[in-house]
Amino acid sequence: MTPRPLSFMVNGETVRLLVDPRRHLGDVLREDLGLTGTHLGCEHGVCGACTIRLDGEIVRSCLTLAVQCEGARVETIEGLSDSGEVADLQEAFRNRNALQCGYCTPGMIVTAQDLLLRHPEPTREEIREHLSGNYCRCTGYHAIVDAVAATAAGRTAKGSAAA
Amino acid sequence: MSAKLDTTGPTGLSELDRPNSYIGRSVPRPNLTRLTQGRGQYVSDVVLPRMGHVAFVRSPHAHARIVSIETAAAKAAPGVIAVVTGRELAGVCTPWIGVLTHLKGLKSAPQHPIAIEKASWQGEAVAAVVAQTRAQAEDAAELVAVDYEELPVVTDMETALDPGTPVIHPELGDNLAWERLHVAGDPDAAFASADHVIEATFGFGRHTGVTLEPRAVVADYNAGDGRLTVYQATQAPHMIQNILAKHLDLPESQVRVLCKDVGGSFGIKVHVYADEVATAALSKLLRRPVKFVADRIESFVTDIHARDHRVKGRIGVMNDGTITAFEIDDLTGIGPYSMYPRTSAIEANQVVNFTGGQYTCPNYRALARVVFQNKNVTCQYRAVGHPIACSVTEGLVDLAARRIGMDPVEIRRKNVIPDDAYPCQSSAGMKFERLSHQAALEKLLDMMDLEALRADQAEARRRGIHRGIGIASFIEVTNPSAAFYGVGGARISSQDGVTVRMDAQGSIHVASSVTEQGQGAEAVTAQVVATAFGVPIERVRVVTGDTDNTPYGGGTWASRAAGIGGEAAWQAGKVLRGNVLSVAGAILQAQAENLDIRDGLVVDAETGRERMPLDEVARIAYFRPDTLPPGVQPEFVATRHYVPKRYPFAFTNGIQGSYVEVDAETGFIKLLKHWCVEDCGTILNPQLVDEQVRGGIVQGLGPALYEHCLYDEHGQLLNGNMADYLVPMAFEMPDIEVGHVSTPTGESELGAKGAGEAGTAGAAAAVMNAVNDALAPFGVVLTSIPMTPERVLRALGRV
Repeated sequence: MTPRPLSFMVNGETVRLLVDPRRHLGDVLREDLGLTGTHLGCEHGVCGACTIRLDGEIVRSCLTLAVQCEGARVETIEGLSDSGEVADLQEAFRNRNALQCGYCTPGMIVTAQDLLLRHPEPTREEIREHLSGNYCRCTGYHAIVDAVAATAAGRTAKGSAAA
Repeated sequence: MSAKLDTTGPTGLSELDRPNSYIGRSVPRPNLTRLTQGRGQYVSDVVLPRMGHVAFVRSPHAHARIVSIETAAAKAAPGVIAVVTGRELAGVCTPWIGVLTHLKGLKSAPQHPIAIEKASWQGEAVAAVVAQTRAQAEDAAELVAVDYEELPVVTDMETALDPGTPVIHPELGDNLAWERLHVAGDPDAAFASADHVIEATFGFGRHTGVTLEPRAVVADYNAGDGRLTVYQATQAPHMIQNILAKHLDLPESQVRVLCKDVGGSFGIKVHVYADEVATAALSKLLRRPVKFVADRIESFVTDIHARDHRVKGRIGVMNDGTITAFEIDDLTGIGPYSMYPRTSAIEANQVVNFTGGQYTCPNYRALARVVFQNKNVTCQYRAVGHPIACSVTEGLVDLAARRIGMDPVEIRRKNVIPDDAYPCQSSAGMKFERLSHQAALEKLLDMMDLEALRADQAEARRRGIHRGIGIASFIEVTNPSAAFYGVGGARISSQDGVTVRMDAQGSIHVASSVTEQGQGAEAVTAQVVATAFGVPIERVRVVTGDTDNTPYGGGTWASRAAGIGGEAAWQAGKVLRGNVLSVAGAILQAQAENLDIRDGLVVDAETGRERMPLDEVARIAYFRPDTLPPGVQPEFVATRHYVPKRYPFAFTNGIQGSYVEVDAETGFIKLLKHWCVEDCGTILNPQLVDEQVRGGIVQGLGPALYEHCLYDEHGQLLNGNMADYLVPMAFEMPDIEVGHVSTPTGESELGAKGAGEAGTAGAAAAVMNAVNDALAPFGVVLTSIPMTPERVLRALGRV
């Protein structure tokens, strides 16, 4: 198994690495780049904790081989936090205590942001549906749904105020 | 303080109502921002120089003698540091036996960190491979050749005690780990004279915690210092320190346990796991850091499982609804060992202790038997025993009501212990200081709007849609004293300690022996200290999870962090305030008792007028002590410990309601809405309590409907992965309404009881009763969880 060169963009920075073809993106982000905000919960694509954004689409980093990302644009919770893109979601999660242990939270926020970009005014049912690929064992989901709904309402209000 | 302490109720003015009090306010947790940004530090994130990664070779058989282990090929594999068998590891680590002396007769066999003679469940570690990376360790683990001789497997708990069943540990004589018989009143006479006796057999499937962060430990033995530093996602750092020191032959002072962010615990991370001890032993053996992070498949076969109870229940009832007797026969299978050090007999013990505990009924007989089997071990998981006791009790009460044609609400109104009957004792001998079953029931009915629900149910029924309403009241054990473990000889502290210290800028540093797993213990500690001492909460910093730097204590389990750790924080904050005020008094030439600290300022207690800021007191004390009067020695640090003494446990109570829809064609159950009223005494942070209740409810709904560790007759776990083991998803869960009654405990000044397990205690029972209400027209009753579509259809006779 010969390591392969990999060049891709991670949170706006160009990264060049040699990686074993068998390694998944989640491990490379965590172990090679120190981006430990991407959490591994099951490593078989079910729990959603490792969700990141790859060329604008949310994917499971545990089901994505790192070598598949040649030339791609990867965004993790660290990048989305520093750019301020999800600051209102994070604030809503904090105010609503929509996280307890916090292990699912980065993936949950990445997924919630994906929903809000596609559907700015989702119903509670739509929020629940979209988040169903992200497991949370602590909250029971109610507070997460509240936080996402509050963020949507906040953005809509801001949008109409600006219009 | 001039205000007199008054803990009679939440509305009475008490010492908790200090100016700028944070008690009872929904203050956001200080550590959340970091966690939302992915900037937490979980044990799986910890990396140390020279760190090796361990992968365990695990038995594929449920019961097998280890004939030989061939390690040469693995040792030669790339990156491998060491391959270690159980026999080799036994040189640095002694075995243990998971028993407690107060559970009389409880027996178990010696357990090693890595199996030596035989493996006793599928997944037990039989060898360890340490390598430069986890991937290399896993590669090499596949090269370890283990020759097994398969042994007869004991899986069915119903036949575990039969004479023909093989004995898993022959030296123990049989497969009975423990049994308990409890009799109160005269159950035989009560059943004989009852108008009706109703029987049912209840089943509670094995399930597990599925913490989203798997178990993780990094052990770093520094041979230069002779010191072991362990980063571990645990609920009980001092317990782990004690256990590792004992079995690795180190003084406790040479073991430091650090617990950083923990990705979910729920009781899963309060135990001593063989592979975690093995990791520490490997670090000592190899004189370098070793990391173990369980993968998800390992989690399913080695994280403790819970429940797996079969309960035959009986209830006696009179035509007027009076309950005359309860009887249970509980059988539970715990795997091949009693877990160390808390044992695997506690859940059965709690089933005996809690069944019928909501009711005045004095006649009770309970038999509990705990048997060994070749499956993964079971042990304490959130709401230990509660869902079982609650489902049996409340299931039987509903069946009794149905038999005599009484409304489920009315039979509860008639039989719950009245709110004015306290203090009192249950038929199982549990001592209740003060509970609120009646108030909680009435509050729940208000919240549910039962009449409207009944109307909706009837309307739906006309359309052929089967909806059902269920309620279930429960008791919950919290704030345990030494009665849980200490009296049985386990070195698990029931007291907790908090140290508070004022720094040179007047900020407060708090070190608490309770731990944070996301429930908000650090936030509540900060609220309590900020209130007791008198500073804005932003000036309080809380540290937990470090045996070198916190007082000695039990940690977080059995809903104790707020009630016990919170009280220690309250007392420590008050003492520090007194210490600081005595110095301020000396500086201001005022009597300390006429001063107070409010919002970070020293003020006149009477008028609230500012006298001097705290940072000025600190500046003088730390940098110009020469200006203080002779004999004034500032002591800006205080420690207090707390443990409840009057009652062994602070019982709480509550009641839940469920509204469901059952599809009689597919067997699917849809949760339409869920309600809970609970009483945790003084509510320190309403939002955190509500979210503990909601999260707990969903951890009860999972096993009620989906979660089940399925084993075949060979002891093979059939669904040990997240795709096949179903946990609740957002789309399946209902909105959950939470309400409160507040009956503070008079034992502490704060009056707080636990809230973390209330949700889990009653959720399954409420849903089971709702499902049976929905299915009432079909004349069928479900009494086993999870209530899968298959079980629903079988009950309906459709498959």
